[in-house]
Amino acid sequence: MGNPQNMFGKIWDRHVVAQREDGESLLYVDRNFVHEGPFYAFDGLRLDNRPARRPLKQIAIADHYLPTLNRDRGMAGIKDPEIRHMIEQLARNARDFGIPFIGIDDARQGIMHVVGADLGLVQPGMVITAADSHTTTNGAFGVFAFGIGASEIKHVLATQALWYRKPRTLRILIDGTLPGGVTAKDVILAVIAKIGISGGSGHVIEYAGSAVRAMNMEQRMTVCNMSIEAGARAGLIAPDDIAFSYLEGREFSPRGGDWEKALAFWRSLPSDPGAHFDKEVELMAEDIQPMVTWGTVPEDALPITSSVPDPAAVGNAEQRAHIERALHYMGLRPGLPLTEIKVDRVFIGSCTNARYDDLRLAAAVVKGRRATVPAMISPGSTDVKRRAEADGLDKVFIDAGFEWRDSACSMCVGSNGDFASPGERCASTSPRNFENRQGRGVRTHLLSPPMAAAAAITGRLTDVRTLR
Amino acid sequence: MESFVRLTAIAAPLDQPDIDTDMLIPQRFLRKPLTVGYRNFMFFNDRFDAEGKEKPDFILNREPYRSAKILVTGANFGCGSTREGAVYAVVDFGIRAIVASSFGAFYASNCYQNGLLPVVLLEETVAALRAQLHALPGVELTIDLPDQVVIDTKGRGHRFEIEPSRKERMLQGLDDIRITERYSGAMEEFESRLDAEMPWLSGKPLQALVRR
Ligand code: SF4
Repeated sequence: MGNPQNMFGKIWDRHVVAQREDGESLLYVDRNFVHEGPFYAFDGLRLDNRPARRPLKQIAIADHYLPTLNRDRGMAGIKDPEIRHMIEQLARNARDFGIPFIGIDDARQGIMHVVGADLGLVQPGMVITAADSHTTTNGAFGVFAFGIGASEIKHVLATQALWYRKPRTLRILIDGTLPGGVTAKDVILAVIAKIGISGGSGHVIEYAGSAVRAMNMEQRMTVCNMSIEAGARAGLIAPDDIAFSYLEGREFSPRGGDWEKALAFWRSLPSDPGAHFDKEVELMAEDIQPMVTWGTVPEDALPITSSVPDPAAVGNAEQRAHIERALHYMGLRPGLPLTEIKVDRVFIGSCTNARYDDLRLAAAVVKGRRATVPAMISPGSTDVKRRAEADGLDKVFIDAGFEWRDSACSMCVGSNGDFASPGERCASTSPRNFENRQGRGVRTHLLSPPMAAAAAITGRLTDVRTLR
Repeated sequence: MESFVRLTAIAAPLDQPDIDTDMLIPQRFLRKPLTVGYRNFMFFNDRFDAEGKEKPDFILNREPYRSAKILVTGANFGCGSTREGAVYAVVDFGIRAIVASSFGAFYASNCYQNGLLPVVLLEETVAALRAQLHALPGVELTIDLPDQVVIDTKGRGHRFEIEPSRKERMLQGLDDIRITERYSGAMEEFESRLDAEMPWLSGKPLQALVRR
């Protein structure tokens, strides 16, 4: 036997087509997802008169620009001509280049990082790219998945490969049992708060430990989704029986003899005992509490039992300047208990936290109560919506005064026009709290679905454990 | 793609760290065709007020920085999304190089694809450069790619690192696809082996999702 290898190393080695002297590698891409955004890539291919090399290794999914209202009217329900154009343009580009396409009227439609796994398009050992930072979500299956820009999308379309330099590896070990009321979102916010938004820079993270192994696939996807918010290239979790049984029988999962062969390969992927990682970080599951962000980058996260930090107490000048600017933008004063922050609106959605399990956990908090501020839900996919409705979750939310919308990126980024009103304070299950992301001057507090549900009920940031 | 060799130009200091891609270009402009001129969207929320009028206190709205070709910025510049519009806007404004102690995960690679040079120097060095620029507004810096140095206002050179393959492409203004084509033999071999060993990765069942 050779040297013990970590999982990322095994996946990397299998995908190197060629290597240049300075170590830059031509990396093969097994699947590339496109949405409405990187249309520049198709424009560029047309200019150069190039086809897509392997069109069936691409998939185009409309998610960023789809409205969450009037969807039964299809394209006719979209008033804004620019938004309609973005969706039609994706359909046209997919058709012209022979690329599989999931559009507004397809029952499979949803946010691409939700749909990919749902359809079995994401399989252990793959290299997956997409023009979106949260492509890292797919790492939950033991996949090297990462976001790329439009020019790189063009390169992948034309060549099915990408020039890339091998990142370093960081193992984050989370052992123990998560306390009640603590979700995967709290785990990843705690990780980012600990290592910072540049803590994973240049690294691929492997999440390991008993707390991670105990998570279901939806929870693992939430953790990997926000790897990018710690600056990491990607986040991976070793595939196991939980992953395999999730994939079995899905529309595009391998079948029959292929399934058996694939399974044997997938079982060889986890890191060997004693494998080396360039960095290691440990967290105890028992120490993690429900988290919420108070600032304008995801590392500005604290347990809900804390107070707004005081910049005067921070030695590092740059950090102090960041906190001052963040508090100014967020309209918060140092020392204010987080549970005293009133919110104007709640959003439950996005590829981070709008899978079935997320909606189930939120519904459990909402049941029999009423929202006191405007709250809306955009399920992660049309299929998630349908399943939630089959189980009556929609009724729980609607009875509590929530808006039950259709699936799209929605208020995570507002491409489709779903913005909070200027200056509003929004409790959101999405992955990013940047200035102006959810609308002009909008103040975003990131939290888990049950915490968002609790905030909708009380109208302020709330420790969901005190509601029970 | 325009090549980058040596540049002497006005440099604008931006002290703030963590300038993210939403700040560089708000999402709502990413549906515009490139032909409209993305320069008008760069730093939109910082540069313009709610009525669309320029905010006079924003540095790039002031002379002589309107004609800056270099930005010297805080750490983690361009963090956030993969949106390449955040590079298109900067390039269209006329910026050719950005000096920072670190860049967001996608920003630097998107820069290289568009002939915009991301230069990484130590945080102390970048802070000292910004101090020089604040002291002498409108002063020029020189960036020499063949020698890999930034020459400051006192004539001192600060060496930066760049991967040789990136450097070659920047110097010649070469597109990645052209380079990849040199490896077509290796690619054919790789793909036929993969198709034989793991046929389920070919994507054939997805043909059902292709529309005509
Ligand atoms: S939901 Fe948000 S983070 Fe996820 S793909 Fe859409 S825009 Fe990106």
